[in-house]
Amino acid sequence: MEYVVALLVLAALVALAVSVPLRRRGQAERLEETRVEELTAAKEAKYREIRDAELDHRMGKLSERDWRMVDGELRGEAVEILRELDALEGRTPG
Amino acid sequence: MAGVGSACLTIGLFTALYAVGASLFGARTGRREWVDSGRRAVYCLAALCVGAFAILESAFLRSDFSYALVAEGSSTSTPTFYKVTAVWATQDGSLLLWATLLALFAGAVLFLTRRTLRDIAPYATAVLGAVAAFFLLLMVGWENPFDTLAVVPSEGAGLNPLLRHPAMMIHPPMLYTGYVGFSIPFAFAIGALMTRRTGADWIRATRRFTLVAWTFLGTGILLGALWSYSELGWGGYWAWDPVENASLMPWLVGTAFLHSIMVQEKRGMLKVWNVSLICATFTLALLGTFLVRSGILDSIHAFGASTIGVQFLVFIGCVIALSAVLVISRLPYLRSEARLDSLLSREAFFLLNNLVLVALALVILWGTFFPLISEAITGTEQTVGPPWFDRLATPLAIVLVLLAWVGPVLAWRRVTPAALVRVLLAPLAATAVVLAALLALTDARDSVPSLIMFCFVAFLLSVVGQEFWRGARARRTMTGESWPRALARLTGRNRRRYGGYLVHVGIGVLFLGVAASSAFLQQRDVRLSPGQSFSVGDYDVEYVRPTARLGGDRGGTGAPIAFGAVMRVKNGDRTFTLRPSRNYYATADPAKGAISRFFEGEATSEVDMRWGLRRDFWLAVRPDLVSLQKPIARADREFSDSPSDVQAIVISTLTQLYREKPPPATFRAIVSPLVAWIWIGGAIVLLGALVAAWPSPEARLRRVRSLYKARLGRELTRA
Amino acid sequence: MDPARKRKLRLVLALGVAVLLASALVYTSFSASSEAAKPSELQPGRAYELTGKVVHNSIRRDGEQLHFRVRDRDGTESVPVTYSGTVPDPFREGREVIVSGELERGTFVAERDSLVTKCPSKFTKDEQSS
Repeated sequence: MEYVVALLVLAALVALAVSVPLRRRGQAERLEETRVEELTAAKEAKYREIRDAELDHRMGKLSERDWRMVDGELRGEAVEILRELDALEGRTPG
Repeated sequence: MAGVGSACLTIGLFTALYAVGASLFGARTGRREWVDSGRRAVYCLAALCVGAFAILESAFLRSDFSYALVAEGSSTSTPTFYKVTAVWATQDGSLLLWATLLALFAGAVLFLTRRTLRDIAPYATAVLGAVAAFFLLLMVGWENPFDTLAVVPSEGAGLNPLLRHPAMMIHPPMLYTGYVGFSIPFAFAIGALMTRRTGADWIRATRRFTLVAWTFLGTGILLGALWSYSELGWGGYWAWDPVENASLMPWLVGTAFLHSIMVQEKRGMLKVWNVSLICATFTLALLGTFLVRSGILDSIHAFGASTIGVQFLVFIGCVIALSAVLVISRLPYLRSEARLDSLLSREAFFLLNNLVLVALALVILWGTFFPLISEAITGTEQTVGPPWFDRLATPLAIVLVLLAWVGPVLAWRRVTPAALVRVLLAPLAATAVVLAALLALTDARDSVPSLIMFCFVAFLLSVVGQEFWRGARARRTMTGESWPRALARLTGRNRRRYGGYLVHVGIGVLFLGVAASSAFLQQRDVRLSPGQSFSVGDYDVEYVRPTARLGGDRGGTGAPIAFGAVMRVKNGDRTFTLRPSRNYYATADPAKGAISRFFEGEATSEVDMRWGLRRDFWLAVRPDLVSLQKPIARADREFSDSPSDVQAIVISTLTQLYREKPPPATFRAIVSPLVAWIWIGGAIVLLGALVAAWPSPEARLRRVRSLYKARLGRELTRA
Repeated sequence: MDPARKRKLRLVLALGVAVLLASALVYTSFSASSEAAKPSELQPGRAYELTGKVVHNSIRRDGEQLHFRVRDRDGTESVPVTYSGTVPDPFREGREVIVSGELERGTFVAERDSLVTKCPSKFTKDEQSS
């Protein structure tokens, strides 16, 4: 008996909780926002790589020539990310 | 309350299924509200599981024997700590723990990624919901922790005495946290495959969970080894037992995964490898959970035929099938973005490291399942023992340590060979000094594999030390900080790298301890009467006198009787006393006599040892009760119907008899060098993992700022 | 050597090593293994890993040596065993054991320290939980 009562009560509570988003319609989602977050994460990772390479060079693992090559590649990739970020963020003022 | 607990599980099952359905529906039709609903269902699932777990725990704490589980695994005399932890000593309780941990982790990761990974998250939710549903189904359908007994017994059976050790009770939750933790990257990998967004985003989002899972699993394995060493009467910490292997395999493959995801993050390579690897890790984690509770392999732990073995096999089969189908069908999207530039690069060595780790895991897999394999191939069931495992694992472990010190020296993409040679000079010199010292001062040359291992570990330690020093020096030339500050800031700004180096140091130290303690062990088994002595290594051990104790168990395990010995150990001018003993627990078996049941139940060896940084001295005793057998049999006959206080006096007399006229007892003494460094190494690994996983303050600040910017953007457009 | 050939060479090398390791694996495991057997399957002259249950009231210790009988898990055929070495904590009559050794003149003479006793079932509903 206790089992059945608990079953009904819990089912009702869960149904209530999961239906909140379904009832709360009309919230337009901005897909660009998530893309911005992903690009920001990618940008930070790229910055970390550039710093890593610089540290490696200063510690003597990479020769001057090797470092310039790697640094150039990484900075190019970072610029691409920044460009896409700016394009997206340009649409949202602020 | 048992009904409420049971209802939580049933509703939980349907909630999990709803999460799967809603997320998939929302993902397919692009309607976000259904995805959000599915995510909320996971939150509800977490609440339900935690609630059920709390109800079960309270039943154990109250010693409510109407619960079948409590009657089976606890008793009124069980100490409180073991009452709390007895929950997961049973099949049903451990399934509930698994499900609860999964629901909590799933809820956490979905909360943290609720605004990102919009495409992948719904599929991840579905996968996590499906796994949770499986475990809940097992409980609801077959092994319900909330089964009640029609006739409530007045006393429970008590916790198996062998498990009454703190390490043994923390071991399962640690292992489960590890297994469950690996389900998170697995779920997101499946999501990435389904949505064809196979970049590094899913890796970045789940990296911390992977690291946490790996750390917990590793700690759990070490705790198991520690328990075996300090609690069991054989004095070893690893026996290549199927169940031990079952937990090691996902850890090895998980280690490989931790390294290879770095390659994908930096260079966009190894995409196929990564997704396959995480699927393999998760499958092995499920296999690990399954092996412990099936009867397919003979092992010290295999708990006989169980009712849920087949279900696990089916589920594991589904996971493998789904992973294989997805990976193969998405191969075009898993092409590498770059190529391996040079073998002298971090990527190349990470790949090598992966290959060695996977090879080691495959070796262990083969050996563990060999009884089944050989039966299938030759018709007769054959087994391989620890010597075979040692023989194959040792060279692979040595290669692993080799890679562990080369890796930190390299850089991504490529390293100039001249620079490499310059970097290796100092460590080479240091290792040469160590080698010379070892050959001159110790008998390390007796074991060539150990000698090689020692040299590699010395190399590893000096390489990592050099890395820290050079990094701090490079920083000082820029900022002019003091040495300690430079070191701290260096580590703080490059947590992943330097935390990783610390982990390597820990692993090296751990291998050092393993190599030394296995190759240079000294052991003796003797039978002694009081007054006699023996020697092992450069220790002289004297059996001073026997001990017999009633109640008042030192270890807090509730043992009624303990027989032991007082041993005086001398080494040079140092003397110390050890008191090993053997605890005897009563059995409830009705076939045993009233007195003899106190001596014929479970018995555990209470080892005594002296820890040391250089070596451990370990001593165990096995008293011989043969001289007591006739008096016990007579006591059975005369006092079988006496009240319990009379029986207590009888038993007390018997223990007195042992003290006064003890028969010879068997002793095992082991001198193992550098064992303590295994546990110290483990602690260093933990520290390193913590450093690597700790969120850096700059990242946190940037996250907060970007959240404000996003909010500003939203509000401005709404206005 | 152009990069494509270098890569192919690396692949061939890696596969070669893998094949080598796999054959080492298979060879060593089949040659180092010992056959698992029940008491009813034992034959003299070969090393076995004997698995079975300890027969009730059959345990006897005389000095260094331990004598007991092991029977088929689901049967009645049993064989006497002579063993010396560490005896694991859970060892008791009725428990399942694994011990390596050879059958000599009707008695299974066990290797030293090779006795393994399975922990009592905590994951099945046993007849008598301890």
